[in-house]
Amino acid sequence: MHRSLEGHTAHRYDGELNSLHLQMLEMGGLVMDQVNLALQSLHDRSATLAQNVVEREHEVDQLERKMDNDLVAVIAKRAPVARDLRVIIAISKATTDLERIGDEAARIANLALAIYDSDTALPGKNLMRDVGIMGQQVTAMLHESLESFDTLDAKRAAMLICKDNELEIEFQSSLRRLATYLLEDARNVGHAIHTVLMIRSIERIGDHARNLAEYIVYIIQGKDIRHNHAAYCETDAGADEK
Amino acid sequence: MENVEIQTPQPTIPVTQIPEPVSINHTATIDRDQRDTIGEIRVVEPRMRCTDVSVYYSGEQAINNVSLDIGNNEVIALIGPSGCGKSTFLRCLNRMNDTIANCRVNGEIMMDGYDINAKHIDVVPLRAQVGMVFQKPNPFPKSIWENIAFGPSIHGLVQSKSELDDIVESSLKKAGLWNEVKDRLDQPGTSLSGGQQQRLCIARTIAVGPEVILMDEPCSALDPIATARIEDLIDELREQFAICIVTHSMQQAARVSQRIAYFHLGDLIEVGDTQAVFTKPRHQLTEDYITGRFG
Repeated sequence: MHRSLEGHTAHRYDGELNSLHLQMLEMGGLVMDQVNLALQSLHDRSATLAQNVVEREHEVDQLERKMDNDLVAVIAKRAPVARDLRVIIAISKATTDLERIGDEAARIANLALAIYDSDTALPGKNLMRDVGIMGQQVTAMLHESLESFDTLDAKRAAMLICKDNELEIEFQSSLRRLATYLLEDARNVGHAIHTVLMIRSIERIGDHARNLAEYIVYIIQGKDIRHNHAAYCETDAGADEK
Repeated sequence: MENVEIQTPQPTIPVTQIPEPVSINHTATIDRDQRDTIGEIRVVEPRMRCTDVSVYYSGEQAINNVSLDIGNNEVIALIGPSGCGKSTFLRCLNRMNDTIANCRVNGEIMMDGYDINAKHIDVVPLRAQVGMVFQKPNPFPKSIWENIAFGPSIHGLVQSKSELDDIVESSLKKAGLWNEVKDRLDQPGTSLSGGQQQRLCIARTIAVGPEVILMDEPCSALDPIATARIEDLIDELREQFAICIVTHSMQQAARVSQRIAYFHLGDLIEVGDTQAVFTKPRHQLTEDYITGRFG
C-alpha cells in the first residue's frame, strides 16, 4: 500500500484506492511485457513471439474495462476530492495511455508478422538499426515512468519529463536516415515503410510514457503540466512533495 | 538481401545522466503544525468584515483571532470537524452568542460602517439585517401566512394589510414555496413537510429584508430531494444576499459555495476558492479533513 493513498477514516476507502493503484501497475506490467515481446520478436525474427503479442492484446483491453468499472464505482461511492480525486483522474487517464501503448505494441507485432511471416526478403541491417536503438530508449522510459507511478515519486517523474527527449531526437534522425536509404535504393521502399511505422509506434509509446509521468506530477503537486513542460521544468520541477 | 541483427532492448536499463531539475517555487502543501490562516481572507467590497474575532466560553477560548470577509452575492461555506468553532463563528455574525451565558466575543465585526458588537447596537434590527436559518426547521405554531407576516409587522416594515400580503407572496416566491402553499396560507406552518418547513423558515428570514443570511446546517434534517431544492434556492438567493453556511457535508459545500473557510480547533486554517480547495487544498489539515482522513 502506498502511504499517500492511506489514512482515511473509512479504511475500505484506503483499500479501494490502493486496489486501483495496484491494478493500474498490473496493467502497466502487462503492457511493458507486450512492448518487450514485440521488440523481442523483431530481434529474434520470430513470428511466433509477434503472434503472442497480437493474441494477448485483448487482455490489456479487458483490464482497461475492469479499471474503468472500478473507477466509476469508487467515484460513485466516495465522491473523492483533493488528492484522492487527482489520484482517480490520473489513474483513469493513465489507463487510457496504457491501453494505447498496448495498441502500439500490437501494431509493432503485426508489422513484425508482415516481415517475418512472409516469403519476402528480410530487411537490411541499416533499415532496422534505429528500431533497436529506439526500442531500448522507449523501454527505459516506460520502465522509469511505471516505477515512478509505483512509488508516486514526482521528482523522478519530473526528471523524465524535463530531460531532453532523446527518443524524439532519435526518431527525427531516423526518418532522415531512412529517406537517404530510399534515395539510394528505391527497392527498399517496402521495408522502409514498415520501419517508419515501427519507429512511429515506438515514438508514440514514448509520448504515452511521458504522459504517465505528467499524471504523477498532477497527483503529487496538483499541477497540470500538459503541453507546458518548459515553464514547469524551469520553475517547479524540483518542488518538495508531501 | 543481408539479414539483420538489431539490438536487443533491455527493459531495465536505468535512465542515466538526467540533470537534476531546478527548484525555485515551493508548492507543497502547508504543514499540519502551521496554524496561521492560509489563503485570501479579504474580498473586494465585503458585506461583513471580521477582524481578530475571538470567542470565550467561561474563559475557555473557542475561536482564536479569526479574520474573514463575507462577500456580497457569494456563498461562503464554513467547514471543519465538530467543535472546531464554525457554528460559534457563524453565531457571532448576528450576535446570537449574546444569548449564551459566560460567552465573551472580542474583535471587530464591521457591517455598513459600524461594529455590530458595539454597545449601542440594538440586536433586534441587527438580526433582521443578518437573518439566520437553523439546523431544524422551526416554524412558529401559527399559519403559513402569519409565519411570514410576523417579522415585517413587528419591525414596522409595512403600513397596510395589502403590503403585508405582497411581502408574504414575494418572500414565499423567493423561497420557491409559493406554488405549493398559495391555496392554504391559513394552514399551520407545522403541517408542511420538513423541506417545505425549512423553505418557510427561509421565506420568513427573507421577509424582513436581510442583507446577510446565515445558515447553520440547513439541510441536515432533510431528505435528498428537499436538500436539492434548498441548495437550488441558496444559489438563487445568492444573487440578492450574502450567504454564510455551516455544513458537515463536503459535497454540499462544494455544490453551493464559491468560497470555503476551513476551521480546526478554533483556528481558521484555510480560506479559498471552492474549486481550488476541493481539488488542491494548500494546508495539510484541510486536505486531511476533506478527504476523510480525520474529523
